Amino acid sequence: MRKIAVLLFVGLLVIGGTAIAADKVVNVMHGWPGEQAPVFQMIVDAFEAQNPGIDVQVEIVGRDRPAILATRMAGGNPPDLTPHPWIGLMKEWANAGQIVDLTGLVDTSDINPALVPIGEYDDGLYGLFIFPNVKSLVWYNPKVFAANGYGIPTTWYELLALNEQILADGGMPLSIGLESGAASGWPGTDWIEDIMLRTAGADVYDKWVAHEIAWTDPRVKKAFEIFGNLFDDGYVLGGAIGALTTNFGDAPDALFTAPPTAYMHKQATFIAGFINDHFDGLVAGEDYNVFVLPTITPQATPDGSVPLLVSGDVVTVFNNRPEVIKFAQFLTSETAANIWSSELGELSAYVGASADDFANPITRKAQGMLLNASVSRFDGSDLMPGAIGAGAFWSGVLDYISGVSLDTVLETIEAAAQDAY
Amino acid sequence: MLHAGRWRPWLFVGPALVLIVFFLVYPTIMTIARSFFGRGASLFGPNTEFVGFANWRYAFTNKTMLTSLRNNALWAVLFTTCTVGFGLLLAVMLDRVRYEKLVKSIIFIPAAISMVGASVIWKFIYAYRPVNMEQIGVLNALVVGFGGEPIGWLLQRPWLNNICLIAVGIWMWTGFCMIIFSAAYKNIPKQLMEAARIDGANEWHVFRMIILPLLAPTAAVVATTMVVQVLKIFDIVYVMTNGNYGTEVIANRMYKEMFNFFNYGRASAIAVVLLILIVPFMIVNIRRFAVQEGGR
Repeated sequence: MRKIAVLLFVGLLVIGGTAIAADKVVNVMHGWPGEQAPVFQMIVDAFEAQNPGIDVQVEIVGRDRPAILATRMAGGNPPDLTPHPWIGLMKEWANAGQIVDLTGLVDTSDINPALVPIGEYDDGLYGLFIFPNVKSLVWYNPKVFAANGYGIPTTWYELLALNEQILADGGMPLSIGLESGAASGWPGTDWIEDIMLRTAGADVYDKWVAHEIAWTDPRVKKAFEIFGNLFDDGYVLGGAIGALTTNFGDAPDALFTAPPTAYMHKQATFIAGFINDHFDGLVAGEDYNVFVLPTITPQATPDGSVPLLVSGDVVTVFNNRPEVIKFAQFLTSETAANIWSSELGELSAYVGASADDFANPITRKAQGMLLNASVSRFDGSDLMPGAIGAGAFWSGVLDYISGVSLDTVLETIEAAAQDAY
Repeated sequence: MLHAGRWRPWLFVGPALVLIVFFLVYPTIMTIARSFFGRGASLFGPNTEFVGFANWRYAFTNKTMLTSLRNNALWAVLFTTCTVGFGLLLAVMLDRVRYEKLVKSIIFIPAAISMVGASVIWKFIYAYRPVNMEQIGVLNALVVGFGGEPIGWLLQRPWLNNICLIAVGIWMWTGFCMIIFSAAYKNIPKQLMEAARIDGANEWHVFRMIILPLLAPTAAVVATTMVVQVLKIFDIVYVMTNGNYGTEVIANRMYKEMFNFFNYGRASAIAVVLLILIVPFMIVNIRRFAVQEGGR
């Protein structure tokens, strides 16, 4: 008995000793409860293998993360770092002095230089761009398109003509899902943003995002109307109620039923994860593919090219400790970017990433767009203050689609914007 | 002895008092103070200048806030009337049913489900799929089965969607009211009803003249409890519509201002509005309860 007790005691000492040896802990909070969670863990494992003295502890918060972060910050107990897409919030945190200016602490040379400025604010660097998403994509089923003789539209008029043709053939052109629990409405904001870029151009887009032009401006109104016309013209599966009650993750399902209940779906690169999750054995490039949402007013971009809407995650650091900075730096590395993109078919923000590196044809296409777009802009709703980008804009889109008059909707958002900026 | 008698009660009450002051009185005072300052998180941090009644003006003039106030009034009236009414009716009627315990248990079960759980269940019941697609929601499946067009239950403003949300609350709380009424009903001396019947009263008269007056104090307590419940309503709205389509309620607005928009000043003002609305009902409730207990 005594021997066992001694052994146990020694064992405890050893365990305690290793715990003390790995005393440097980095607390990470991320919001990927699904298939990305094990992939993020692979990145963590790779980091820990390189840095045996550092223990990275991951906490997953899939819902209401801004609220939880706010509470933790107010309580003086934020995580050490978090990847997130909320640039608007990041600026508020920076104003409140809650996050670390990474200028001079982190070497950003591994990040695609075009993406670095997204994390900059007020002469400081508060977000390291890591995982990009291309938003301006329309998903379709190539086999169904080929069987019906449908071509890929390259202008808005071709897209509308295709819509008419699908209607005439007895089909339904678009599946749109605006429901997303407490975040309902955001897929609609992506539509408006993409249309704004295609009708008013990037300069006006920037002014709109910064609230230098009013929400009641005719150019903003026009973008809403073009989106609303898709519903008025009967191009959307289930009409307004259908779009308002369909969850964004379920919306692409309509493309893969037999016969298809809808033919096209606009969504960012990440939606491939949902498609693969809902349908077994679909092959990227063969069973589903993407084309870029075509231009509407080609003059909106200087060279007439298609503008690109992107979003993505930046890493924001709350506590300035060497091991935290080291992990933040590692997340920008080629190793981390490769694990993320090869395992998930997601895009890469690594400076040396080229489209040819990717085996997945959709990732290759999207990465090519990301690298070659002459005009690209970050998701506007993520750049706006929370009360607009995660509030009045979301509910405004829902109100408009559910039948509230556009002027009322825009006046309501404008009123909220007046005191949010 | 007299000396000890003075401080001893305080010794017993003390811990409770300390906890209440720390976790209730202090936060309440802070929240009231906070409602007169700007949006910042800490009272001594940035963006916390004194703004006077600006947050209060927002709470009573903003369009969404007015919708919330209207909806809370609708909830208070419809929810309270239905839970108390159905609860009373079921308690009296089920008293004569053979499988009383079983039926009552079934009606009480929703009260045991969490609000969020119940809301998720009902979100499925109200689910909408476009025409010609298979309806996964029970209600729309029935509507389509009888040859109708599917209805967007949670989208039709301003009445249908609010009523659909309130129905979930009624479903959850009717069982609770029923149980309280049932206990009170069983306490009514049966001789009273027997005597009335012998004197020639019909069942309606017995209900109207004997049961109802004797249950009135209970009804008052149950009704005020329900009003307090419903003024704080949050979960059902948050899960099912998140206040979109004109279904916003005060507590949900407070949550959004606080945790989505990080406007602590406004959130505090809205919290105090809610508190002010609830306090009178709490007072009535406590008074009633004291009267009832004192009468025992």
